Amino acid sequence: MRYGKNYTGNSFFKKENLFSFLTSALNQKSLETAPPLLKQGKGRTYPECGQSFLRFLKLFSPRKLAAFKASSVILPGFILILMFFPSCQSKKSNTTEIIVAGSTSVQPFADKWAELFMEKRPGLVVNVQGGGSSAGIMAVKTGAAHIGMSSRELKEDEKDLHEIEVAHDGLAIIVHPSNPVEDLTIDQVKGIFSGDIVNWKTINGRDKAITVVVREEGSGTRGAFQEMVMGKTRISKKAIVQDSNGTVREIVSRDPNSIGFISLGLVNEKVKAISLNGVRPSEENILKKQYHLVRPFLFLTREEPSGLAKEFIEFVLSDEIQSMLPKEGLIPVRKAG
Amino acid sequence: MLRINPRTEQKIISYLLYFLTSIAIIVLIFILTVILKNGLPQLSLEFLTKNPADMGREGGILSTILATVFLTFIALLVATPLGVGTAIYLTEYTLEGRVTKIIRFGAECLAGIPSIIFGLFGFILFVNKLNFGWSILSGGLTLAFMILPTIIRTSEEAIKSVPMAYRLVSFSLGSTRWQTVTKVVLPSAIPGIVTGVILSIGRSIGETAAVIFTAGSALRMPTSIFSSSRTMAVHFYILAKEGVSMPKAYGTAAVLVISILAINLLTYYMMGRYIKKKS
Amino acid sequence: MSSNGTNKLEKSDRLIKLSLLMIALSAVSVLAIITIFIFEQGLPIMFRYGLKHFLLGQDWYPSEKSFGLLPMIIGSLMVTFGALIIGVPLGLASAIFLTEFSSRRLAGFLKPVIELLAGIPSVVYGFIGLMFLVPFIRERFGGPGLSVLAASVILGIMILPTVISITIDSIRAVPDSYREGSMALGATKWQTVRMVVLPAARSGIIAGIILGMGRAIGETMAVIMVAGNAADIPGSVLAPVRTLTSNIALEMAYASGEHREALFATGVILFIIIMILNTVANMSSAKQRKKGSGR
Repeated sequence: MRYGKNYTGNSFFKKENLFSFLTSALNQKSLETAPPLLKQGKGRTYPECGQSFLRFLKLFSPRKLAAFKASSVILPGFILILMFFPSCQSKKSNTTEIIVAGSTSVQPFADKWAELFMEKRPGLVVNVQGGGSSAGIMAVKTGAAHIGMSSRELKEDEKDLHEIEVAHDGLAIIVHPSNPVEDLTIDQVKGIFSGDIVNWKTINGRDKAITVVVREEGSGTRGAFQEMVMGKTRISKKAIVQDSNGTVREIVSRDPNSIGFISLGLVNEKVKAISLNGVRPSEENILKKQYHLVRPFLFLTREEPSGLAKEFIEFVLSDEIQSMLPKEGLIPVRKAG
Repeated sequence: MLRINPRTEQKIISYLLYFLTSIAIIVLIFILTVILKNGLPQLSLEFLTKNPADMGREGGILSTILATVFLTFIALLVATPLGVGTAIYLTEYTLEGRVTKIIRFGAECLAGIPSIIFGLFGFILFVNKLNFGWSILSGGLTLAFMILPTIIRTSEEAIKSVPMAYRLVSFSLGSTRWQTVTKVVLPSAIPGIVTGVILSIGRSIGETAAVIFTAGSALRMPTSIFSSSRTMAVHFYILAKEGVSMPKAYGTAAVLVISILAINLLTYYMMGRYIKKKS
Repeated sequence: MSSNGTNKLEKSDRLIKLSLLMIALSAVSVLAIITIFIFEQGLPIMFRYGLKHFLLGQDWYPSEKSFGLLPMIIGSLMVTFGALIIGVPLGLASAIFLTEFSSRRLAGFLKPVIELLAGIPSVVYGFIGLMFLVPFIRERFGGPGLSVLAASVILGIMILPTVISITIDSIRAVPDSYREGSMALGATKWQTVRMVVLPAARSGIIAGIILGMGRAIGETMAVIMVAGNAADIPGSVLAPVRTLTSNIALEMAYASGEHREALFATGVILFIIIMILNTVANMSSAKQRKKGSGR
């Protein structure tokens, strides 16, 4: 991850100071190597690092400097105590458990797949984590997770990972079921989300202000929506922001005047997915390439998948799972049979 | 200017106060009633002993209960010795001065830091730098730091309230300071210390913001201190916010609220007994 | 005992004292570590883009490298202020009523009840807000319901138990002789409360309010649930709002690179605000103590 072992870039502190010494001490994998490091750090750089340390602390509480002077002595000792906790690397060598982390759009489905996988293979554990596409990508890069999940295409600098398409997902524009609006053009959608269209009556709806609900910055769903619908136009600042597809759906299902976007697979009876340029969002229309708001669900690994990770990926790509996808609103990458 | 008769003023004010107080009490009671009224019917042995299935739509909340218990346990395991040790140092081993001022300042600032900051910190230190990942351990340690000030404060009060005469007698019998502390002071301060510990249990059970970034939200049975787990509070937050299942959300909330109320009641009871014994 | 033995005892006692000191500094070191980590992650980007960009920028579009935090700073202040407007009058009134105007038995029953309620997790308050308050606001006053108003009311209710119980304690700490003196001069109960009791308990009450304020400004999950989280300076109390805390919690999970650093910068700003509040609270309670001992 960003804060991995060799992370020193744009550190606030100079290299030769207490903090980086601490960080490097923290990043030591075993205790054996820690003591000499500590000694070295103490002997060589202490006064100097104390200086920059104090200078920095002056920023917020000059009067209590003494407190921090004292604490800077205690810091290394305290962190040593922390390091006495049992070796944290045990989970890495554990071959009966894999960690799958990333996009919260993929997570609910991956959860289900993992459940089925573990039913079939008792004793094995597939641990599914949310965190978001970017976090998932980072987690795989650093080895914090065995498989990353992404609901967006990889960026150029992320292309060094192995990507496996496991499904496709449509993006649905949803409104409250009572909303008379059935169909919008892409431009109208763009207008609504950019804040240019503020009342439903301009687009043949009720005379009510539109409540726009979007995902937060950084989420794969928002990224996909921005790219496929908004282009260079900004999503309005006035839009309500929620941090999961489920929450967006929940808010839209409660507010008759709201509009939002979620994974097609998560649309249920509580909300209404509207047509775009007359095309209903459905698996059929996506496969016919008529409905264009589609994004890939990717599984990512650092190297060629192996072991349990490989088994799990193969399981997800198997007919058993792929034939199940349409029922859940996803589009399979492989035709059954 | 209109001058109101003080008697009338007194009457008006007392009605106003009565009215405002009723609002406050009613609102608080309302919240409790809504949770219990909708939540209690959900509770059954099955709800407490089954694991959540289908993202929490089905099944019970066993794994989240266990995760909460483990997390709290780790937090206490770390925070209690540190907190009680600090309290002992502050009361028994040093005089009021620069050092105690610094320590108190640290504890008080720590008490005021919002839980989201603890979450950020735990995420960077435990999850990333120490590489514990989203785990019960990361969450527990983060919580430990959060409850540390409470434990320090309550232990200090408890130790302070042990009569000086006890110590003098102990010293006069030739015991060292440490013997006095462990054999005389601590035993009589235990109820007070335990009260503080119980109070912090309540806080860690209800915490969401700090836990969600450090313990993760995997809906799985915790198998080791390195497995990521969803606590009751986080489970409730996700169920409620994403509208996964309202009945299950209410059920979880009821368990959460009842356990916290029970813990607080226990604290009250202990404090009452403690005070009675003192006087 | 031989002098050798005494020496040993002394030595071990000194050792114990030293290790206790180490433990005792744990709280301070935790504070220091937290400060270092948050600042180390958050300050570089603030200096890289300039403080002005962060503190006065109005656009929060991290993907476009635009990190204006002004809407969140204003949002936090608005919501906290709103919470105080709701929570403080209710809290003070309840405390005054329970200490001065009600029977001892009622107060003896209600105070513990209120303190028990202080333990209800904030997510529960947020949930109740989402289920009852938000629809109510949407239907009665218009707008999306998720709003400054909803967040303020929920936070106001949340800080009630804190404000009530601290105010009760500081009102009770006022010696009865004050009241008796005032009553003997012919003042009514309310006059006594207003002119004698409240001024005497003032700094304790202020400390309680500041504590409640700290809780309001630091609350995260309940606010995310009811505030709507639009990263825009709210035009009215019915508009959605995003606070500093919810900015962090909303986007932390997905953020990477500079976006994440910007969230830590949000943490830095929040941290500084809280520290200022803490210091003020500490100073006012210290003043109270001094006054108490001088009496």
